[in-house]
Amino acid sequence: MERILMRWLDIPDIRRLDVYEANGGYQALRKALFDMKPEEIINEVKSSNLRGRGGAAFPTGTKWSFIPKESKKPVYLCCNADESEPGTFANRFQLECDPHQILEGIVIACRAVSSHVAYMYFRGEFTVQKRIVETAIAEARAKGYIGKNIMGSGFDLEIYTHRGAGAYICGEESGLLESLEGKRGYPRNRPPFPAIQGAFGCPTVVNNVETLSNVPWIIKKGAEWYRSIGPEKSPGPKLFCLSGHVNKPGLYELPMGFPLHDLIHDVGGGISDGRKLKAVIPGGASFPPFTAAEAEKVMMDFDSVRAAGSLMGTAGVMVMHDDTCMVDVLRTVAHFFHHESCGQCTPCREGCGWIEKLMVDLEAGRGKQQDLDLLLNIADNMEGNTICVLADSLSMPTRGFIRKFRSEFEDHVRLARCPFRDRDGRLAPPPHSAYEEEEHA
Amino acid sequence: MPKLTIDGKEIEVADGLNLIQAADKAGIEIPHYCYHPGLSIPGNCRMCLVEVEKAPKLQIACNTRVAEGMVVQTKSKRTTTAQKAVLEFLLINHPIDCPICDQAGECKLQDYYMDYDSQPSRFQLGKKNKKGKAIDIGSDVMLDQERCILCARCTRFFDEVTKTSELAIFGRGDHNEIDHWPDRPINNKYAGNAIDICPVGALTEKDFRFRMRVWYLHSTPSVCGGCERGCSIDIHHQRGRIYRYKPRHNPDVNSYWMCDEGRHQFVGLQTENRLTAPLYQAKDRLLAEGWADAMQRAAAKIMEVGGASGANAIGAVIGAQATNEEAFALKRLLKTTIGSDRVAALSWSPPGASGDDELLIRANKNPNTRGLQALGISADGIDSLAGAVAAGELKMLIVLRADMVRALGEQEFLRRFGALDYLLVLDTDANETGQVANQLWPIGAYPEIDGSFTNFKGRVQRIQPAFPPPGHALPAIEAIARLGHALDGAEHHRAADTLFAQMAAEEPAFNGLSLAALGPNGRDLSA
Repeated sequence: MERILMRWLDIPDIRRLDVYEANGGYQALRKALFDMKPEEIINEVKSSNLRGRGGAAFPTGTKWSFIPKESKKPVYLCCNADESEPGTFANRFQLECDPHQILEGIVIACRAVSSHVAYMYFRGEFTVQKRIVETAIAEARAKGYIGKNIMGSGFDLEIYTHRGAGAYICGEESGLLESLEGKRGYPRNRPPFPAIQGAFGCPTVVNNVETLSNVPWIIKKGAEWYRSIGPEKSPGPKLFCLSGHVNKPGLYELPMGFPLHDLIHDVGGGISDGRKLKAVIPGGASFPPFTAAEAEKVMMDFDSVRAAGSLMGTAGVMVMHDDTCMVDVLRTVAHFFHHESCGQCTPCREGCGWIEKLMVDLEAGRGKQQDLDLLLNIADNMEGNTICVLADSLSMPTRGFIRKFRSEFEDHVRLARCPFRDRDGRLAPPPHSAYEEEEHA
Repeated sequence: MPKLTIDGKEIEVADGLNLIQAADKAGIEIPHYCYHPGLSIPGNCRMCLVEVEKAPKLQIACNTRVAEGMVVQTKSKRTTTAQKAVLEFLLINHPIDCPICDQAGECKLQDYYMDYDSQPSRFQLGKKNKKGKAIDIGSDVMLDQERCILCARCTRFFDEVTKTSELAIFGRGDHNEIDHWPDRPINNKYAGNAIDICPVGALTEKDFRFRMRVWYLHSTPSVCGGCERGCSIDIHHQRGRIYRYKPRHNPDVNSYWMCDEGRHQFVGLQTENRLTAPLYQAKDRLLAEGWADAMQRAAAKIMEVGGASGANAIGAVIGAQATNEEAFALKRLLKTTIGSDRVAALSWSPPGASGDDELLIRANKNPNTRGLQALGISADGIDSLAGAVAAGELKMLIVLRADMVRALGEQEFLRRFGALDYLLVLDTDANETGQVANQLWPIGAYPEIDGSFTNFKGRVQRIQPAFPPPGHALPAIEAIARLGHALDGAEHHRAADTLFAQMAAEEPAFNGLSLAALGPNGRDLSA
């Protein structure tokens, strides 16, 4: 298949404007500005069935169509470059290697929703990436692709860049908007939705980097072409972040609906150390894992993964071989979400910490049999009861790991130690405990 | 007016209400921590989760507007499970130090635990997060971060009401803490409100800490006498002693708030200077006597002065600290019983007192300046009284709740009023004017009497006695009625309600009002 999102592998220096232009760059923008009305852009994206790549898989065109047509307030577009889901590293490469594709997508999207100001919100660690994009913006502005009267069409757009302070929660769209406004990155209650009241109280579209970089292709080649890649309801090229115990971890562009088995065994070169597959988390740390048997059959697109009992999320595929302690994995996941919970609402603030404390004890062999049911109950009590889905992002894997690998958890209780650790000759106590480390002196 | 069903009860409520308010109208309590009607809705505590038909997830009642045909369950299995869960989450890192916590008895964690949770802890003790205890964060506020449930009511109060943003949440996740910005403790005249709205024991008042268990306190609705705003308050007291004032919600006067100056107003009313018996001047010394003798003495003097120099030789100065009823009673005594029309008002605020601000505080520190105006008692009258003294026409002055010496300055007072023959002072304590009085009568301070104040916008509000005045002190209207009786032998109104009725009949500004009809929020003057 021809590469679309990762053209930097075929065309070196595509991050430079002249190279990007020489390879068809900003043609889609020309088409969108001169041959299409904003409404037609939205309809094209709608009928392409493009779905948000940030994790929630919401239809992009539909999201755009929620923006009030005759808004008296300015409309904003935010490009979400706060990529921080564990095991996810697609946006990072895109920002570094092909920023103009993203910028072109932003300008087209802004044209579609009649926005004249766009913000790019970078995660706190994306210092280099931000500088690369800023260089690209300067190049594009000099050539009249950004700024006043773009390409002589009369359409104006300013793109501003903003770097967060490194909080995971600012990747949640309303947390991002709060942070962008200079406040604590606390997610907002909905309604009102960002399409009505987003950044600075104005209608706002928030789209992921990868989503926006699909847009120029849809405009250039048409919705029908786009739908033909992968399953019709969830089509398009997709960036898969393959990590963990595979021989060839990395970023791969594959069509949606690619078999997970092939991703691991063919593309990824099989399980490392000649071991057997034990579990895969298909979409970043937030979702339940697949067992080796389940992973055999799953196709990697939004609907198929959901039907198989997990979610594709950011397509951060984390592979674990049979020498991996599932209790330790869940402890690590719990540590992450405990650390990243913003603490705004009660169930998540208290629940994530509680789960981590229990997991630290379980992994260290200090757990009790009833802790397993307590963990499931805490997960149930957290899920769906909070402002954003961060609580769900821990409760789903908690339930998934305990249900699918319960015997391993019980072994930890029965043996009063981690069986994996001893076999590896590592020390039994946990390497660190988050809550002791963060304890206030 | 949408119709909706809450727990099977069909109700019709005003559009725009949220489910907590709507349920309240149906007599159903939806528990909540972060929601406060005077602040924005953050929806962070998740205590008010309810089941709304057709919504897949539980909804927070505080952020859900009523809609036609809505069906809400506040006590279903799903709702109660969520309520229990939220309480459990709130308590796992809470120190549960109720025995030494001042909030105990008025703590929403305690109340809701008993009402909605009451299950043993599943959290292992010894794993609680440790945070700061007993931190002085400025003004009158002490902070206990471990007790805090991070509902953000206090930070929202300083953000939205005073717009000064002294407090913020620092840290992340379950290490979140309320605190002030580094080196910038709270210095805010409204800080006490943050303590009031704290649903738990995280914010406590320095002056009230460890003084009294709240369940021993009685509450009497009243009005703050600290300035001409007249914020509605509840007086919390026990055995004749006031422990604190709490603002009482009054949408027409003070919303949910009051200032810290007002909050501490009662301290000045409970000093050792309070008068407990009528006094009279006997050769450079004030001696105590009984009320009967005091009345005889005063009545005899009035007769004597009136007989010798005419009724207009007797005048009165009424301070704007006096209630409407007191001012009316004294004015009427002078006019009808004695026959003098020499009455003046004194509305004086101590120098250096705080000026008007945008929220509540008024520069005029008298609660009833407007009431005296409405009764036709003018502050300009002081000059004409002084003129009458100079002309030898005014011999005797009755002074009610007006510290003339302090207000005018001693030199000025002596220059203008030094020629008076006789000074009868009615006040709560032996102030500077009392020191030079011929007779000094003890009367009840405003938390001890019945009556009303009229605030600067013309709002007439009821004050009620929390307990009787100390010792032999009387409500001023009683003392005035007794003096009237001593003068003419007739019965004078000595109860606030009958006096108010007489005032409503005789004074146009008070037409159509009655003390009982003032209700908890007061009524506007009719003219």
